[in-house]
Amino acid sequence: MLQLLCAHVGRAREGCRLITPDWFDPDKVQHINLKIFVEDAEAFELADAIPVFHQWIRDGVCPEMLIDVADYRHVSAGPGVLLIGHEANYSFDNREGRLGLLYNRKAVLAGTFQSRLAQAHRAALEACDRLEQEAPFRGKLKFDRNAIEVFINDRLLAPNKDETWQALGPELEKFFSGFTIRRQGEPRDLFRVSVTK
Amino acid sequence: MKSSNLQWKARLGDSVPGHLAAELDVFEHEIALKKQGKIEDRVFAETRLRRGAYGQRYDNGQRSDGKTTRTLSYPSTNTKGPNTLWDAPGMQRIKIPFGGLNATQLETLADLCEEYSDGIAHITTRQDVQLHFIHIEDTPALMWRLASVGITTREACGNSVRNVTACPIAGVCREQTFDVTPYAKAITYFMLGHPDAQSFGRKFKIAFSGCKENACALVRLHDFGAIAVTREQDGRTRRGFELWVGGGLGPVPQQARLYEEFVPEEEILPLAQAIARVFARLGEKKNRNTARLKFLVSKLGIGEFKKLVAAEREILPHDSRWTDYLKDVPNYAEEPLKPPSLLQIGAVKPEGFEPWYATNVYRQRQQGYATVTIALPLGDITAAQLRAVADVARKYLKETIRSTVEQNLVLRWVSESDLPALYTELKKADLATPVAGTIVDVSSCPGTDTCKLGIASSRGLAGELRIRLASKNAELDEAIGSLRIKISGCFNSCGQHHVADLGFYGVSRNKNGYTVPHFQVLLGGEWTNNAGAYGLAIGAVPSKRIPETVDRITGRYRAERLTGETFQAFIKRIGKAECKKMIDEFTAVPAHEQDASFYSDWGDPREFSIGDIGVGECAGEVIYPVDFELVACEREVFEAQLQLDGGNIEKAARMAYESMLHGAQALLKFKFLIAPEDPGKVVEDFRTHFYDTEIFFDPFVRGKFAQDFFKAHEEAHIARTVETAHQLIEEAQLFIEACYSCYARMSAVPAKAVA
Repeated sequence: MLQLLCAHVGRAREGCRLITPDWFDPDKVQHINLKIFVEDAEAFELADAIPVFHQWIRDGVCPEMLIDVADYRHVSAGPGVLLIGHEANYSFDNREGRLGLLYNRKAVLAGTFQSRLAQAHRAALEACDRLEQEAPFRGKLKFDRNAIEVFINDRLLAPNKDETWQALGPELEKFFSGFTIRRQGEPRDLFRVSVTK
Repeated sequence: MKSSNLQWKARLGDSVPGHLAAELDVFEHEIALKKQGKIEDRVFAETRLRRGAYGQRYDNGQRSDGKTTRTLSYPSTNTKGPNTLWDAPGMQRIKIPFGGLNATQLETLADLCEEYSDGIAHITTRQDVQLHFIHIEDTPALMWRLASVGITTREACGNSVRNVTACPIAGVCREQTFDVTPYAKAITYFMLGHPDAQSFGRKFKIAFSGCKENACALVRLHDFGAIAVTREQDGRTRRGFELWVGGGLGPVPQQARLYEEFVPEEEILPLAQAIARVFARLGEKKNRNTARLKFLVSKLGIGEFKKLVAAEREILPHDSRWTDYLKDVPNYAEEPLKPPSLLQIGAVKPEGFEPWYATNVYRQRQQGYATVTIALPLGDITAAQLRAVADVARKYLKETIRSTVEQNLVLRWVSESDLPALYTELKKADLATPVAGTIVDVSSCPGTDTCKLGIASSRGLAGELRIRLASKNAELDEAIGSLRIKISGCFNSCGQHHVADLGFYGVSRNKNGYTVPHFQVLLGGEWTNNAGAYGLAIGAVPSKRIPETVDRITGRYRAERLTGETFQAFIKRIGKAECKKMIDEFTAVPAHEQDASFYSDWGDPREFSIGDIGVGECAGEVIYPVDFELVACEREVFEAQLQLDGGNIEKAARMAYESMLHGAQALLKFKFLIAPEDPGKVVEDFRTHFYDTEIFFDPFVRGKFAQDFFKAHEEAHIARTVETAHQLIEEAQLFIEACYSCYARMSAVPAKAVA
C-alpha cells in the first residue's frame, strides 16, 4: 500500500500537495544516494569490512573504479567504513547511529530520475548481496531490503524543502510502489526520505 | 564531480566579496585552461596549491594492493600537476585564521564535507580544516560556498604565508599578557596575497602566543613567532611582542632564534613585511629542501639576518594598514551571550559531568565564564556533529568557537551555570569525551591514510593508542595522564612529534625479506614553553609493538619518577642509553609465518609496502651484511646523541658524520660487494652510483639526504657548536633512514605474494 507522508521533522506544514513546480525538473537531479539498513548491527564486526573492501579493490568486483578504503569507526554515528570509488562510494554508513550499506553516487549519470534511482538501487542491492556472502559476514550480516533511505547529495539541486518533496515525491512513489515513503530530516540536512514496507 | 558546480557562482555571487569573487573567477579560468592543455603542469600545481587544493595518496594512478602495484584507470588522462592525475581525488585545506569559527561557517563545512568529501571534516595541527577525496573540478564550487561565509582557502598550501595560528584561549586566558587575536587577524589579512609574499621558495608560518610558558601557539617552531609582552615606557604600558624567527620542524627541525625581546605593536606588520622581502630575495629557490626561512637564518646568522631586515624595513614604503587596525585593538573583545554565573557546587550534575569538567573545562580570566574543549578523535568531526556544535554555539555563546593545534574545538564564553546543560547536549552528539589535554588525546597527521608522503599509518597507530589508553584512563595517575603523544606518518613532522613527551614518526625496515612498518621513538620533547625543546630519536620499533613500548615507558616513569619530576627531567636523568634499553626489548620482528600481523600496518590489512615497486627478486630469508651494517649505523647515530648530551660536541659530530659514511659504504657493498675505505672515495663512489643515478633519491625531498652527506663530508674538519652538531645528528639519522629506504627499494620482493 502506498502512503506518501509528510513527516518533515520539526516543521509544521499544512499538507502535502504533490504539485511539481515548473522550475523543478526531477530529471536534472543527480547524485542519488541509497542506503539499505542492516537488520542487526551487533551481529557482526564492522572492522571486518576493511579487509573485505580491500579485497573488492583487488578483485575489481564493482562496475565503478575503486580507489581506497577509509576507516572512520572512531567517530560515532559517522560515515563508518568507506570504499572510495571514482564514480561512487560504497560504505557501511552509521549516520544517526543506524548502520546500513550506503551507495553514494558521485559521477553524473545520463538518463532520467527513474533510471538514476534504479541504478543506485541496483548497485546497493548488489553490494548487499555480495557482502552477505563474504566470509567474515556469512550468516551474521543481513540487510533489510525493505528498510531504505534515499538521499540527494546536492543541496543546490535538491534542497530539503517542500518544493523538492513535491517534485520528487511522485517519482519516488512510482519507483517504490508498495512502500511507505516519509520525508526525513531538517532543512539543513540533505533531502532524504525513508522507504519502508 | 557535481553537476551543480557551475550554478553555485550564480547563486552566491552577490554574497561573496568582490576581491574573493575575482580570485575565484581566475581559478575557474585556470581550471578551464588546464583542461585545454594551455597551462603547464608545474604552474597549475602551484596555482591550485595556493588555493589549498592539495594532492592525495595514489594520485599518480598507482596503488599497491598488498600483493602487487596496480594502475588506477581514471577516465581522464589529463593531469593537474607533474605525475598527478586530474581525476584522482585530492585534499582541500581550508585556512581558519587563529582557529576562529562561527556557527554558520561550521554549518557550511558540514554541508561541504557531506557533498564533496567523505562526510568528515578534519582539524589539523595548525588549526586548519581539511576535507579529503575531493575532485579538482568540485573545488571552485566549494570555494564559492566558503567565500560566501567569509572563508578563503587562498594560500592554504604552496610557497606562501600559511594559516596564522594563535592560542585558542587568547582573550580568555588567565595567564596571557594580552589578547593576541586582533594582531593575528591583522597580519593574516595584511599578508594574504601581499606582493612581497608571492615569491618564496617555501612556505612561511606565523604564530601568536599570549604568554611564554604555555604551549597553545607553539611559537618556537614557527618561521615568525610572536609572544605578547609589555614594557613600561614614558610612564605608560606599551604592548609589543617578543619575536622569534626561523623555527620549523620537518626533516631538519630547528628552534626559532630570538630576533628581538620587544617589537612594539606598531612594528609587527612592517617587520613581517620586511622579513618576507628578505626571505623572498635571499631564500633558497632551487632546492626546496633548504628553502625554509630557518636555513636562511642559519646561513646568514641571526645578526646578519637582522641587519638585512632592518635595512629592508628602512626602505619600505609606508603602508597605513600597518597601524590602522590598532585604533580598534583596545576595544577588541568577544562578547558572551549570557551574563556571568557560577556553577552550583551542590547541584545535581548529569552523569559523567565531573570527569568531563575536570579535563575539558577551563575557567576563564573573566569570572563566571568557562571555555569548553571538544576533544575530537584524531581531529575528525562528522557533518551532524558540526551542526550540533553550531546549535550549541548559538544557544549558549555568541558563536565564539576556535579550532586548536591539538586538533580539537573550543567553545568560549560559556556562562558557568550553563555547563551541565551544555555538557548534556554535547554528550548527545558524542562530543563530550573527557580526555582533552590528556595522554588519550593523541595528535596525528593523516599519514598513509591519505597523504602521499606517508610511510606508516600514523592515524592507525593514534586510533589504537587512543582506544587502549582510554580504557585505562581513569586508572592513570595525573603525571602520566597529562603527557602528550604526537605521531607523524613520516619525517616531515606534520604531527609535530618533536614537541611531544612521546613522539613517533613512521619509517620502514627490511626484516626477513619483507618491508615492515616501524616508528622512530622520540622522547622528551617539550610541548610547554611554546615548544621549548625538541626530542631526539632513540630507535625504531615495529609499528605493532608501539603500544607495548608506550606502556613500558610510561610504566617506568610512574614507578621511578621523583617527586614533582617532569617527564622531560626524568628522561634526562635516566639518560638516552637507558631509554634505548627500554625500547630494545620491543624491536624484534617475528618471522612472517609466526605472526604476519607485523607485516601490515594498523587498520590496513594489506601487506606493508613503501611504494609501487616493480619487478624484484625474492630476498627470501637471506640476511645481507647490509642489514647489520645499517643497524650499526643507527647505533652510531645514537651514540653521537649520547656524546652530545655529555658535552662532547666534537666527538658527537664526528660519530654522526661517520655513521653517514658507514651507511654509504653499506649501500656500496650491497651493490658491488666491496666498498672503498677512504672517505673521499666513498663519497665519490656514492655520488656516482647512488646520487647521479638518483637511485638514492627520496620521492619527496629527492637528493636532499645525499646532499646532507656530501656537506657533512666537506665540513668534517670544521668545529661545530651544540646547535650545528645537533643538526648534523638529525641529518645523519635521516640519511640512515634514506639508506634503509634505498636498500628496501633495491631488494624489494613485490612478486612474492602474487604467486
